[in-house]
Order: sequence, then C-alpha cells, then structure tokens
Amino acid sequence: MQFMLLFSRQGKLRLQKWYVPLSDKEKKKITRELVQTVLARKPKMCSFLEWRDLKIVYKRYASLYFCCAIEDQDNELITLEIIHRYVELLDKYFGSVCELDIIFNFEKAYFILDEFLLGGEAQETSKKNVLKAIEQADLLQEVRHLIKITVDKVF
Amino acid sequence: MSDVVEKTLTALPSLLSLDSQPGSAKLSSTSKLGNLIRGITELTSKHEEEKLIQCELSSIKEQVSSPNTTMMKELMVRTIYCEMLGYEASFSYIHAIKLAQQGSVLEKRVGYLAVSLFLNESHELLLLLVNTVLKDLQSTNLIEVCMALTVVSQMFPKDMIPAILPLVEEKLNHPKEIIRRKAVLALYKFYLIAPNQVQHIHNKFRKALCDKDPGVMTASLHIYLQMIQENPEGYKDLTASFVTILKQVVGGKLPMDFNYHSVPAPWLQIQLLRILSLLGKNDQSTSEIMHEVLDESLRRAEMNHNITYAILYECVKCVYTIHPKSELLEKAAKCIGNFVLSPKINLKYLGLKALTYVVQQDPKLALQHQMTIIECLDHPDLIIKRETLELLFRITNAQNVTVIVEKMLEFLRISKDDHTTIDLVGKVAELAEKYPSNHYTYAPDNEWFIETMNTVFSVGGDMMQPDIPNSFLKLLSEGFDSVEEDRKLRLFAVNSYISLLRGEPGKLPQRFLQVISWVLGEYSHLRADLEPALVLRLLAKLLDMKNCSSETKSWVLTAMTKLCEGGSGVSVAQQVSETYGSSLDTVLRQRAQELQHLSQDSELRARVLPRGAGLDRSLTYCHNLVQVDSSLSFLDGFVSEALAAGAAPYKPPHQRQEELAGTKALSLEPYGLSLPISMSSCITDRQSPTLLSMSSGLSATLKLDGVKRVWGREGYLSQKEPVEEPAQVEVPSPLRSPSQQGEADSFHSQTPSLTPTPESDQEKQQLASSLFVGLGSQSSVCLMGKSEPTTQRFRRKAKGHSTASSTSEQVSNSVISPPSTVDNLLCNNLLDSNITSELAVSSPQLTSRLSQGLAATNGTCDTDTELPESDRKESKPAVIRDSYVVAADPAPHEDPDRPKDLALSSHLPAELSELSHSEITHLCTNQNLELSVCHVQKEDSLLLIVFISNSSDSAVQQILVCLFSGVLFGEEAFTCWCDVVGIVSLLISRVCCRPLTVSTEEYGTMWLAFSHDTKQNLTLISDGQEPLTATLNVLKRRLQLHVVEIIGMEGIVACRLLQDQPCLMHCRVHAGTLAVWLRSPIPDLPDCLIYHCQRALQGH
Repeated sequence: MQFMLLFSRQGKLRLQKWYVPLSDKEKKKITRELVQTVLARKPKMCSFLEWRDLKIVYKRYASLYFCCAIEDQDNELITLEIIHRYVELLDKYFGSVCELDIIFNFEKAYFILDEFLLGGEAQETSKKNVLKAIEQADLLQEVRHLIKITVDKVF
Repeated sequence: MSDVVEKTLTALPSLLSLDSQPGSAKLSSTSKLGNLIRGITELTSKHEEEKLIQCELSSIKEQVSSPNTTMMKELMVRTIYCEMLGYEASFSYIHAIKLAQQGSVLEKRVGYLAVSLFLNESHELLLLLVNTVLKDLQSTNLIEVCMALTVVSQMFPKDMIPAILPLVEEKLNHPKEIIRRKAVLALYKFYLIAPNQVQHIHNKFRKALCDKDPGVMTASLHIYLQMIQENPEGYKDLTASFVTILKQVVGGKLPMDFNYHSVPAPWLQIQLLRILSLLGKNDQSTSEIMHEVLDESLRRAEMNHNITYAILYECVKCVYTIHPKSELLEKAAKCIGNFVLSPKINLKYLGLKALTYVVQQDPKLALQHQMTIIECLDHPDLIIKRETLELLFRITNAQNVTVIVEKMLEFLRISKDDHTTIDLVGKVAELAEKYPSNHYTYAPDNEWFIETMNTVFSVGGDMMQPDIPNSFLKLLSEGFDSVEEDRKLRLFAVNSYISLLRGEPGKLPQRFLQVISWVLGEYSHLRADLEPALVLRLLAKLLDMKNCSSETKSWVLTAMTKLCEGGSGVSVAQQVSETYGSSLDTVLRQRAQELQHLSQDSELRARVLPRGAGLDRSLTYCHNLVQVDSSLSFLDGFVSEALAAGAAPYKPPHQRQEELAGTKALSLEPYGLSLPISMSSCITDRQSPTLLSMSSGLSATLKLDGVKRVWGREGYLSQKEPVEEPAQVEVPSPLRSPSQQGEADSFHSQTPSLTPTPESDQEKQQLASSLFVGLGSQSSVCLMGKSEPTTQRFRRKAKGHSTASSTSEQVSNSVISPPSTVDNLLCNNLLDSNITSELAVSSPQLTSRLSQGLAATNGTCDTDTELPESDRKESKPAVIRDSYVVAADPAPHEDPDRPKDLALSSHLPAELSELSHSEITHLCTNQNLELSVCHVQKEDSLLLIVFISNSSDSAVQQILVCLFSGVLFGEEAFTCWCDVVGIVSLLISRVCCRPLTVSTEEYGTMWLAFSHDTKQNLTLISDGQEPLTATLNVLKRRLQLHVVEIIGMEGIVACRLLQDQPCLMHCRVHAGTLAVWLRSPIPDLPDCLIYHCQRALQGH
C-alpha cells in the first residue's frame, strides 16, 4: 500500500498515512486531487479507481471516506477488507465509532493503524492481538494518569 | 458543512462527559485540542481558519521552546492536527524528536507518532533519532521496544541501518511474538531500502518462516514475496513448504483469532497464492506441486462474501499464471464467469480485469461473455468502461479493429483524465497503425486510417507520447508495398488536412499542426488541382495565430519553403519571410532566411528540397543525391594554410573536454566512440573516409533505431497460439465472417444473458458480432483464406530496397566498422608514413600526450623513440620510465594470416621471455603490415609490447607509435594504461590487476581497514551454470581477480594493482543483478575496477 487517507464528506482530511516518501507539496496535491475525484463519484459506482499509475480503493462509512492507494498487481478486494478490518478495530476500540471519535482522538486512530498496518503491509490480522497491543500501551497511560492525579492531590 | 457542525456541537457535551469510558476518555486531557477543533468548525471561511491556525501555531511555538513545558504531548498532538489541515509546522519537528528521546513512555509514543507523520526517510533530522531508537531497542520495557521497532519499520535513514541492525536481528529470537513480528517487518523495510545490508541474515528469515506464531510467519512472507519476485529460481525449494502452509490454513488449522468473517487468515492465503504463482510461472514441475492445494482453495472458497472473492480472484490469477492444468483452468474460467456476471459492481470490475489477464491465453472466454462485455461498454461508471476497453484492446484483430477503435475514441471524447487520455491515445494509434485498412472489404481504407489518426491528434493534443506523430509521419513517407496505394493515402491525407485548415485551425493542438504542415509541404503537390499558393496562404494563416508556438512556426516555415513556387506563391513567401526575417527567435529567423532565398532560386530549391524524398531525405539524400562531403575536404586547403601559419590543429569538442578532465579525473567514457587524436593528420589525407564521417553515419543509425516500428508486427490472430482445435469446432460463434452473420446471430439469441428490449438486443448483438469477429481459432479464419492478402499489405516495405539501400549500407558499415576504421587509421597513420616518410611532424604532439599521462609522477620524461631504419629484425623503440615500459617491437612476420603466439613470442626480449606474458592480441592488418600487442606483468610494473610485422619488400622507414592514456588509476598509482589508437578495451581490461591471494579471515580484516568504497549493480551472466559463479569466473578470467570464496548467493573477490594496492570486492546476487561493493585504500581504484568489470561483462 502506498498511502491511506481518511476524509469527510466535506473533503476535510481526518487522517493521512504515507508509506512512500513524498514531499509535502506532492502529498497535498495528491490529497486534493483524490478527495475531489472520490467525492465526485456516485454511491452505486465501483469502489476502485485508476488514478495515475495507481489503483485507488475507497469505501464510505457513514460520513467518512477511507481511501487507499495500491499498486496495480495488488488485490483490490483484500484492500477493501483491510479498510473494513480497520473500521472494525476502531469500532471495537471506541465502542461504535463515529467521525467525532476520530476527529478528537485522531492520535489513537493512528496508534491503532500502526498496530494493524506497518510499512504499508498488514502486520497483524488478528483483531484480538491488535487491540491487546493497544490496550497494553493505553493501560500504562491510565495508570500514570491516575498516579499523576493522586500526586497532584497530595501536593 | 453545516450538518457536521451541528452534529459536532450537539455531540460535544456528551463526548466531554464520557471521561470514564476507556476509548473516549482522553478528551478532558486534550481539551485544548477540543477547543481548537471546535473553534475551527465554527468558522465559516478559509481565511478565518488560516488566521486561527497561524495564531495557534505561534502560541504552540512559544510554549514548546520554553524549557520546562509539561504539556509537550498535548502540544505535539495539536501540531499534528495543524499539519493535517495543511499548515506547515516545521519548527516542531525537532521537538517531536526530542519528545521521543526524553519523554516518558507515553510522551515517547506521541513523539514517535509525530516523527513518523512529520518526516520522511530522507529527512536530515531523522539522523537525530538514531540514538533514541538504539536506546529504546535495548530497553527492558516491551512497549518501548515495540515503539522503536514500529518507527524503524516505517522510516529509517538508509545509511544508519548498520548501527541498529544487530539489535533488530537479536529481536528475532525474542520470546514475545509481537516483538519478533515487528522485528521481521523492520527487516523487511531494510530489505526494501537497502538489500545489501540484510543479505547475511537470509537464513534467519527462514527461521521466521517456521515460527510457531502465525503472525510472525505471515510477516516473514512479505520478505519472501519480495525476494521471490526478484529471483524466483532461488526459492524453488520452498515451494513445498508454502504449499503445506496454505493447506493448513485452508484446512482451518490456524487459531480462530485469525479468522476473518469465518474465513481462515485471508491475508495469509492471498500472500501465499501470490508467492506460489511467482514460483510456478513457466515451471511445470513446481506447478504440479501446487495443483492440489489450488484446487482445494477454489473449492473451499464458496461463501458469498467479499473476502472469499478476494481469495478466488487471487487463485484464478495463480491458476492462469502457472503451468496450465486443464481441470483447474476450467474451474478458474467458471469463477471468472461468476465474477463477470455478478450484479455487484466491484466483482464485475475484477471479473473484467481477470478476463483481460487471461484473454490472450483463452479467447474463448471473452466469447462466452460477449453480451456482458457489451453491456459493460455502456456502463455509466467510467472505470468499468475503461477496463472493458482494455479487454477489447487485447482481443483486437484485423476484423474488429474498426469497431473497437470507434469505442475507444468515444471514450476518449468524454474522458477528462490526462493519464487515461495519454494511455488510450497511444493504444488507438498503435491499433490504427497495425491495421490501417478495413477488413470487411479487404480494400485499404485510407479514409478510416487518416480520420482515426486525425482524432488521435486532436484529442491527444500535446499530451500524447511524441513517438505517435513521428511514427505516423514515418509510415506515411515510407509507405506500403504498392506505390499507387501510397499515393492515394497521401492524397487523402492532404485533402483532409486542407479541409481542416479551412475550418478552424486555431482549435487544433500544436503537434497536429506540425504534422499537417509537414504533410502538406511534402505531398500537397499530389493533388493536381491544388494551387501551391492556396496551401501557402493557409499555412501563412497558421503563423498569425496567437497560440501558435515557435516550434510549430518553424515547421510551417519549412513546409512553406518546400512549396513556394509560381508567381503568387513567391509573393506570399516573401511577405512571410519579411515578417519573420527579423524575429527574435533565431531558429525562426533562420527558416525565414531559407524561405526567402529558396523562393527566389527555384533551381537551388529543387536540389536542396527534392520532391518525394520524404523522411529519407536526411539520410539518402545526403549520401546519394548531393554527395555531401561530410569530411569537409573542400576546406582542407584552408586548414593546411592555417596550420602552416601556426594555428593549433583542430580538436573535436569531446577531446578538448577529455584533455581538460584528463588532467585529474577519470575518464569514464566508453572507448569505442572516441575519435583518434591524430585528427590533424586525417584532415590532410583526402582519400580516407575519416572517422568524422563514420561518426555522422553512426548518429544516423541511432536515430533510426529510436523510432518505434509497429508496422511490421503481425496482427493478433497470427500471434496467438493455436488453441485446441476440437474445442474450437464445437464453439458456434459469430466469429466467422460477414457471410455467416445470420448463423452467428441465431447463436446469439441463444446465449443466456439479460434480455433487454428486442430492438436494443439486436443492436447489441450486431455490436457483438462486429466486436468478437475473428476471435475464434486461427484455423477458422484461415479456412476462409482471407487473412492472407491482408497481412501482406500490412507489411512495411522491406527495408534496404532502392531508397534505403544506401542507408543500410551505411549502417552496416558503421556497425562492423570498428576493426576496419582502426585498420584505416593505422594504415593511414603508419603506412602512409611508410610511404611518405613525412608524418613524423605530428610526433611531438603524440609524445607529449603520452608523457602527459606519465609525467604525473615525475616531471622528467626520458622518452626514447628509436626509429628503426633498415634493420627491421631487431630494432626496438622503447619508452621506459621509472615503473612503466612501453616496448614497441617491430618484429617481422612471415605469414600475416596466421599470427601465432609462438612465433611472435619468440621475439620477446630475452629478459622478458622468462616472465609470463598475456595472450598476444592481434590488432589489425593490411596486406603488408600487421600489428599485435601483448603485455608482460612484472612485479612492479607492466610492460606493453607492440609487435609490428612487415611482410612487404620495402623497409619500414619510420614507425610512429601513438599511445595515449585512457584511464589513469588514481594519482599515486604507478601504472598508466595505454590505449593504442582507440582500440584497446580488451587489452586494458585484462591488464589491470593481478590476483590477490588471501584467506577469508584476512579478507575480513582487510575489508574493515579500507576506507574507499563504491557500490554498483552489474549484469549477471548465466550460461548454463549458476549465475554468480559464471559471472565471477568471467571476471576472474578477464580481469585476473582472485575469487576468495563463494557462499550461496554471495561471493568475495580480491585483487591488487601492485604491491600494497589491494582492492576487495563483495558480490551478491540480488534481483537478477550482481550487487557489488568494492573497497580499497586507494581512492579511485574501486570506481576504476567497477568500470572494468562492467566492460568485461559487457564484452562477454
């Protein structure tokens, strides 16, 4: 996978992950073009797009578009399922996820993505394992948060 | 916009109160982020947003740089948000790195995230991360290790990989599977960016493949897929293992965790299928191992869910890629059918894609689904349409080309995407040129061809590949077999262009205008009733257009130059040339001048621009009609006068550069193209076809090669393998011929397909019959005996006939000329001197060049050139310098036809006869003289020995040995390589080193000690045996390297120049090339050796 973009129906970028080194200018250009192209498509249309020399696989969940760029020889359908699995993970983690969860906790969404896809390849496809890894790291945060609160109170 | 704002605002209170819930709990701690986001959603204009963010960023900037910020993490998250909105916050990059370095575990996590989002792997700040990663990799906290591995597998500076590699490698044995998995993926990343660095751990990959945790094993498959893609031969032994794994996965042996919608580990399955298809490609025995499991996969995947289709699709691709097995093919074909017929649009798309993939092997499949394909052609989704056209492109043949091209042009007119347009325009042009005539009537259809190309040019505009207009013009000017047909075609083109110019030429793209003006200039005379003046006026109108580029203008002016004749024509030409005669553009001015002069002198014009010469003008015309003297011999008098007056002799530009560069840098230019230095002597010599003309001939050849030749290719039908004939007979199809249309149509009505209204149905069937005609087996078409005449017409006129003969001669001449030119040169230089005894004039220049190379170490140059007078037996002009000897030995030889090593070697000086000498290389001969060369390696020097044998009666009066240095081996290197008049690639490459015998251990210590290194990929040689060994053997033989050891895909090699000048080479087979890494204490030696290795391998 070359990159993954999440954007809203209004074309606002919500998440971007690039697995190929590109300059900021290129990234912005690509994002702008793609958001435009994808938003212009009608709901019953094919989820795949040929774009430059890449394949774009996108899917809409509620108000959010998930959009991945893959190479020509990659399997489009499995990419759709990667998107779906990611949504499942978000859903499980946030508990029936909505766009706002991703807006306000986008760093969490990144952590989950990094646990699921690494360097553009599916790293761990077992849902349980991904969430376990995230929770372990989170747990630490909770504990420290509590400690900090306690300490604040004491002093 | 507004509904989201509303939704956001209404949801906010509840979100804020969700504090205690695990997932959304963090809002309170990042309330500033919340505020920011809320603030932004409330804004109405982009401008306000910009102001807010800039304000936010400057406040963040202030806070992060204050020494005791406690909110670093929160600030960083806000910065990430701003960057995502498209605002630059590069001031924060360094803080992100600091946060990853110094923060607590949690801050680290955000720091690493920010780093991975802000920077890419070539960013210089990334170097600062190396230490942090190193530290975290050694941490006892698993989470820290995980974070470090995560960031490493996303981005890491290539040069710093060695620093952390051992630590990452170590993690492959970690008890926790998550660490092992991430370590494998980190190594995968390293493999992608710097394969050389991880080559030594290939066996550890195997261990990862056998890991008891399926996650680790899956991760290792990424590496294997990559490696097998690059070198399928190297991993055939793993086929059985991959098959076993796939069997277990398909059989449901993995833990339930890995199920996805109750399909066992689909990602793993797809990965394995891709690997298997790579391994089984063109390999029957390997394919047989996997047949069973493929069958099983096809059978198991029956659930109606996307994920099973994904697996099926990969299976189908695999079945069609590996060595075919009929049962599997049948099942796969059925699968494709299900895809194509599926109402789900995504599946339909993949079905079409699969069809496109397999249709060349199995055109019947396209026939089976013809009605669906027709429907897809009219699909509202352009992507589906586009893929259908791709499929049709693959099944195009002489009979259906008109319809398919029509469909493609239709698409082109509505497509707005540049990439698609460029691609499709190229395809249409290819088809049009391949099948330029209508095959229903078997009469050439110029109209169709020209009009199709017109559309191509107007739609493709200035985006299309430049070779399309070029090959079109080439086609037009070379023509086909029949002169009459050519005339008609050109005439039609002229007519069509005239009417275009009369219309609205302002709308036509520049490229098209250029084509038009060339064709009109060249062929408008074919239309008898057309006044040249009229054409001239039409062309002149183009010049006045605002959007006409100066390149186009110059095409137009050239065309006008060809046409200006007759009273009114001349006046138009005069007018135009006056306007452009003072143009600021020098090219235009030049063209205008030409126009002016040639329009006044019709005789000259007829000579310069003869009619009908077409594209061949540049070649044929130059060499035949006008006899251009490319050696510029008419200037000889002038040159010799100037020389006599003391002018410096002419040096070609590249030589001047060489001299400039030669003082210090290495010359990496190939020898073959360099011209002799004794150009001054060549100029005075009139008879000699000098190298100058040779080189101009050469460039002409190159130009010719560059042009794409699609014409000679045969059509789709004849390319295709004969499909099984019995099967063909059974297929009743509309692919016969127009005469059998009725029968075909009746077949159509039987085909199971959606039944639209009868009228449109019939329309579609008609379309189908025209699209899929000729798709049957070859035999059915041949039976009609009609493909014959058509294919003949397609063949381009055989090259080398009248018009091209001189060119091809020229070509062949220059192709085989190296020896003969050398011959000429030597003869001219040496033999002429024999006859005239005058040429020694140029000797000082030559010797000075020689000494230029030598004097690098020592100012004095005791060049000692003895000229043998009448004694031809023993004289030995020798140039001896401290460590360098050139001995020219004019040894007579009785039989010039059989230069025997033995005979010549007996003439070696006594003190050298003991030493081993190289094979004596025969350089050149004429009837009297013969020149051979060999070299002798002494411990501290290298001797070049030149044998000249004279079999004529006359004595050699004077011998001039021209040597000039080709490649200098570093400044301290004592050895200077000599290039004997431009030939010596052979000689040099064999001379340059001696084997250095070391053990592997010694090699290891030396390797670390040497500082100068270079890396490069070389081509592999495979002649039967293992490619690495074969290549190294060639190098060993050619360059006298010492192969220290070969282990698997790697080899180490050592050599030295002289004492204490070693060079080590490490080779590894990678991606079909040989990745070599050279190290030496001498600065330029590795580069130099690489160069010689390349040459040696090329020459092989």
